[in-house]
Amino acid sequence: MVNSIPLFVVIPLGCAFILPVIGRRWERAGDLFANLVTVTLLGLAIWSVRFIRETTVYHVGGWGAVNGIPIGIYLVRDGLSIFMLVVVNLIAFVATLYSINYMEYFTDKTKYYTLFMLMLAGMNGVILTGDFFNLYVFIEIAAIASYALVAFGTEAEELEAAFKYQVMGSVGSGFILLGIILLYSYTGTLNMADVGRVILDKGASNLVWFVNVLFIVGFGLKAAVVPFHMWLPDAHPSAPAPISAMLSGVLIESIGVYPLTRIMYNVIGFDGVLSNILIVLAIISMMIGGLLALWQWDYKRLLAYSSISQVGYILLGIGLGTPLGLLGALFHLFNHSAFKGLLFLDSGSIVYSVGTRDLREMGELDRRMPITSKTNLVAAMSIAGVPPFNGFWSKLIIIIACIQAGRYGVAGWAILGSILTFAYILKAERYAFYGKAGRDVADVKESPPFMCIALIILAVICVVAGLMLLPNVRETILFPVVNTLTSGTEYIWRVLR
Amino acid sequence: MIHYLLGILLFVIGLYGVLVKRNLFKIIIGLIIMEYATFLLFALVGFREHGTAPIQPGVAGKVFVDPLPQALVLTAIVIGLGTTALIAGLAVRIYEKYGTLDIRKIKKLKG
Repeated sequence: MVNSIPLFVVIPLGCAFILPVIGRRWERAGDLFANLVTVTLLGLAIWSVRFIRETTVYHVGGWGAVNGIPIGIYLVRDGLSIFMLVVVNLIAFVATLYSINYMEYFTDKTKYYTLFMLMLAGMNGVILTGDFFNLYVFIEIAAIASYALVAFGTEAEELEAAFKYQVMGSVGSGFILLGIILLYSYTGTLNMADVGRVILDKGASNLVWFVNVLFIVGFGLKAAVVPFHMWLPDAHPSAPAPISAMLSGVLIESIGVYPLTRIMYNVIGFDGVLSNILIVLAIISMMIGGLLALWQWDYKRLLAYSSISQVGYILLGIGLGTPLGLLGALFHLFNHSAFKGLLFLDSGSIVYSVGTRDLREMGELDRRMPITSKTNLVAAMSIAGVPPFNGFWSKLIIIIACIQAGRYGVAGWAILGSILTFAYILKAERYAFYGKAGRDVADVKESPPFMCIALIILAVICVVAGLMLLPNVRETILFPVVNTLTSGTEYIWRVLR
Repeated sequence: MIHYLLGILLFVIGLYGVLVKRNLFKIIIGLIIMEYATFLLFALVGFREHGTAPIQPGVAGKVFVDPLPQALVLTAIVIGLGTTALIAGLAVRIYEKYGTLDIRKIKKLKG
């Protein structure tokens, strides 16, 4: 079914325009429509998994190729896009479910859901698009909505964080657009597959190298890779909890890591120099993110630094470039969305019930908030890499991939990174749930039902996601996804066909 | 070639403004300069010497400028308008909360 492809963008975009109109009269419209949209999209994404081995191209507006030259915008659905769609829409579904109760805290729920839907449309668009300029437009849609969502509380800290985030984000977009322009001047086309074809014909000149650098800086800024990470620890904790989960869980991956991977592997072509650059960036991210997380006393800030460190793992697997490394990276991407989403939602539950983000003021919450504390424990075990939770398997695969590729030093750094992860998550766990209470917690209650349901869904996913590695299951789900990357520039012929 | 280099230079001037200036609105102006440098470069990419507008049907052998970048720049300008409006709005709200536009004094977030 080719016609289901644009629905991923059309449905949330349509919802974003309808909501402000009907939300004025009807308070609950946001809750209902946003959840309907995310459930539909999640269903659609899971239904699409059956096409995971195929590459389907949708021509927007019916503008196909003329004399073999694509002139319209292409939306491309292949293994990697479907995988990313499932991840994004899963976390979006859980986040909207969680928002029903959590966003009672804030004043204007309708505007919140409108921005949420815009962000979702942007992310789905980035994942599906096969056109460079379209990629830029969707990145901007997702990014602008996220700037506004970070500032949603309109307190001093939130505004400051949003300003910082937007300045860095705009610089990143500027670099990305500059790269796209230079590619256009070199190849005379904007279709990703066509750009790849021209580069294959003409050979990669110095200009293509310059473009590579621009893309690494631009998407690195979006993905908060370490030299460009300064905005993330401010922006992600300042947003409302479901948005923190979206930003850390999927936004940095879908508008930072995913386009970079797609361009490097499928369009420009991956080689040893790029691989070394990515591995070095990944190791720095893992170490600096992990070390800075250790010093934090603000729970959400600790989690934000940990996101930097976990994105380092994903980049490491992608930088290795071996099939096993890519498998580990993609699996870790899925797992990171699940457990980091869950951790941020748990931190939101604590803020909702206790009213603080400072670890020193928490404590003894394991008896007061049983569901939050159990689900948080599951997420903490996952991120720390305790078997049999999902985080263990993905980190194990990445480390084995390093050893298999003969990079023992890199494997050592990855192990050190996972020890750091264990340390900071243990600190958070101990102070928040088991340590002595820093304040009176006698009247703290468990959070409302929808929030608990959202937490339980993600906790179950954290426990069972390891099953994706079972034989037969991995052949049907993970291997085709890895294949789309390892087959490299064959992407061009699958799209242009 | 010189046009392109001047475009890149303008981009770098904008980046300098973002990185070095201390006033919120000067940072925003830096961002705008960066954005417009990229737009200018984009329009330049489509430029052809002695080219005309590509709207006359049935003319062979004439040089046309590339219309695609012009259309895209229009789109990008609209996006730029949106981001600039949002960030200027944020700056105004920050001024209301902190009473200053100096980023050295706006630092409640640390660590």
